[in-house]
Amino acid sequence: MNPVHKPRRLLLLAAVSGLLMQGACVTINIYFPAAAAEKAADRIIEEVYNLRRDGAPASAPGSGAPKPAAPAPPK
Amino acid sequence: MTKILFACLLACVATLASAQANLEINTPAINNLKKAMTERHAQLGPHYASGAIGIARDGSIALANANAVPLPQRAGVGGLIAAENTDRSALYREIARANGKPEWEAEIRNTFGQRWIEKAQPGWSVQNAAGQWVRK
Repeated sequence: MNPVHKPRRLLLLAAVSGLLMQGACVTINIYFPAAAAEKAADRIIEEVYNLRRDGAPASAPGSGAPKPAAPAPPK
Repeated sequence: MTKILFACLLACVATLASAQANLEINTPAINNLKKAMTERHAQLGPHYASGAIGIARDGSIALANANAVPLPQRAGVGGLIAAENTDRSALYREIARANGKPEWEAEIRNTFGQRWIEKAQPGWSVQNAAGQWVRK
């Protein structure tokens, strides 16, 4: 046996398995993300059905730090 | 060679991760539709409760029991249903588009079809697997 052949075969094997893996990735990416879609649907539906009472956005006050007093006129 | 394989693996994991991430639902078009539907829900709510308007399995709403609507209100209810279904169709299309996958529209519609029913309140009309209207 010629010792050069062995690494070459390994190289081929690695290349083929790499291609296979990438093929699998593309296949996976095409699949519809059912769980993510369900989560997105629930968020929208809860808002439309008015089931979300927790998040009162925007107008909620209280985060502002006490306003600094007007600077005293320089003497 | 190991490096290349490792890179392949990394790319694979990254693709998987992005596929599992949240769907984009925060675009101006989607938010506008959501707002219109939320406002309309105030008018639709009593008809859901009376069982007049039902939640269909295909992600739309429909007249489930016309007798539950007083005669003078029937035309208005028909208009409400039509407007809601127009917005819902647009919503499914916009979500698919916002995620760069227009071909997902039908599956998004299916998902919504199940979830609208799941989130419906007890007493509302919903469509069962056989297509009949039942009170939840």
